[in-house]
Amino acid sequence: MTRVIDLRVSSRRALNQALHDLPDHTNETHWTIRNPAGQHALAVGIDAPISVSIEGHAGYYCAGMNKHATIDIHGNAGVGVGENMMSGRVHVHGDASQAAGATAHGGLLIIDGNASARCGISMKGVRIVVKGSIGPMSAFMAQSGTLVALGDAGDALGDSIYEARIYVRGRTGTLGADCCEKPMRDEHHADLRALLDEAGVEASTHDFRRYGSARRLYNFHVDNAY
Amino acid sequence: MGHRFSATFDQHALAEIRRAAATGIYDIRGAGTKRHLPHFDDLLFLGASISRYPLEGYRETCATDVWLGTRHATKPIHLKIPITIAGMSFGSLSAQAKEALGRGASLAGTSTTTGDGGMTPEERGHSSILVYQYLPSRYGMNPDDLRRADAIEIVVGQGAKPGGGGMLLGQKISDRVAEMRNLPKGIDQRSACRHPDWTGPDDLEIKIEELREITDYEKPIYVKIGATRPYYDVALAVKSGADVVVLDGMQGGTAATQDVFIEHVGIPILAAIRPAVQALQDLGQHRKIQLIVSGGIRNGADVAKALALGADAVSIGTAALVALGDNDPAYEAEYQALGTTAGAYDDWQEGRDPAGITTQDPVLAARLDPVAGGRRLANYLSVLTLEAQTIARACGKSHLHNLEPEDLVALTIEAAAMARVPLAGTNWIPGANPIG
Repeated sequence: MTRVIDLRVSSRRALNQALHDLPDHTNETHWTIRNPAGQHALAVGIDAPISVSIEGHAGYYCAGMNKHATIDIHGNAGVGVGENMMSGRVHVHGDASQAAGATAHGGLLIIDGNASARCGISMKGVRIVVKGSIGPMSAFMAQSGTLVALGDAGDALGDSIYEARIYVRGRTGTLGADCCEKPMRDEHHADLRALLDEAGVEASTHDFRRYGSARRLYNFHVDNAY
Repeated sequence: MGHRFSATFDQHALAEIRRAAATGIYDIRGAGTKRHLPHFDDLLFLGASISRYPLEGYRETCATDVWLGTRHATKPIHLKIPITIAGMSFGSLSAQAKEALGRGASLAGTSTTTGDGGMTPEERGHSSILVYQYLPSRYGMNPDDLRRADAIEIVVGQGAKPGGGGMLLGQKISDRVAEMRNLPKGIDQRSACRHPDWTGPDDLEIKIEELREITDYEKPIYVKIGATRPYYDVALAVKSGADVVVLDGMQGGTAATQDVFIEHVGIPILAAIRPAVQALQDLGQHRKIQLIVSGGIRNGADVAKALALGADAVSIGTAALVALGDNDPAYEAEYQALGTTAGAYDDWQEGRDPAGITTQDPVLAARLDPVAGGRRLANYLSVLTLEAQTIARACGKSHLHNLEPEDLVALTIEAAAMARVPLAGTNWIPGANPIG
């Protein structure tokens, strides 16, 4: 059953409350949000295997802390789309602003366009596929998970990165502190292939380069300080 | 003729120069500042006299309760006493210590707070009121714990290191700590110094909106700041939509950071409270948005003085750990073996705490009985409250919140200027009115 919410007549509060109040095994499994008009904090804190289609641009923190839901944003997304998401799938059909997927623990975040600065900052297990380019300081302090950019990557890529993996098809700017290029072994081709397939991307894994942590900052030593 | 030592290059300064020359690295330690600072000891209560009418000690009612989060939250918190337990992480502290803090706070009818490592079941299970910290690192952050919490505290900074991130050195990263923080075991963990997805008060306002939406506007939202520019930071926290502002002075402790940071960044809590209260008053929000202050609270007099200066509640960290047994002289031989002595031990980052509190070593951690520790903390909180009530009654107050700056004088010019109360025996408030 599809439920349509028009944010010209309903409030964000009513929308989020309705999404939170869904009982287990609800039959209201498809939601369409019309006229989002860039409002912040839309479809946040969902904990249900439902699908939500947002028909327009979303503001900050859309789909924040998502669990289980599949959320499509048919427009651009503001700062922190899918921040701290735990699972599920968030798909931005336009561009995304800064801090996309920040601190996210799980799930899949797909951005059809470009993502601005700090994409995947402090990510903790999420998989992010950006079909365009990613801005500077992406994957800053990224702990785990995978960030893929089919376009270019801005400066200071992977600054202070821990165990997250970064794959970039285009050009990279400077690498951040303790970030280095690493060889693409078979396991990485397989890992990337599976992720690209899941995201519906047709691209050869052989066109990508891999970046990760040099692990020189894992145990503080004064000679490695920046 | 005796030897004359330099007041500038004193024994500590000399030792630090030698240590730096030998090691090539700054000193990292736990706890708070150790230098002498203007503090609550520099204030005195005047007590009742002909113009003021006291209340009968321990008989006439002197209420102590406080509501927190009444501005926006549909489920504000009601504490029996205006003394809360500050945020301290599982990781920096053992699970037993976190449990003991929860037990003690619950016995006393007050709240405890998570830290930079997420929420543990022990802590949630034994804390009747639990504040969940939302930190830059977001270690362990998840919506389920967010909803399990009774309040949310967005940590912008802390008094020991405003502008600094956290450290948890590899020797304290057990399997459990590593799993909760989603990082490899044994590495030195750096907690970010700034939030990943908001910058400045306009973004913070939107972040608070998001957290309210996720938790259906039920939870009080605190904003914690280290004391640096309290007037402006409090005003911006109010603008951003905070229900409660937590203001931590430089005497506040830390699990680990550089000594130079602890001793030289931030301002004492005595200097921070009045500007913070002024900001709330200027915005018409004093007593509507609650102010919790912390940093160097040791006894009931400190509690009473903080409230008299305008705070709604205080928070304790270091003192709570001491109540559990930190730096207990009973372990003197072991402190000596670590090259220190009871009362001076501050290498909390090393995880070798003889009292079993700031450690992840299972043998050491087992030394702390959470039930007995909780009882000690509850006793201590009770004494703090009784002492504060004693002073309040002497000033004629039927509630701790009725204490006011007019009940105080200062012993030093510095304290008078910072607390904005007269120098004892005069009507002079330096900086506020002319000498007369």
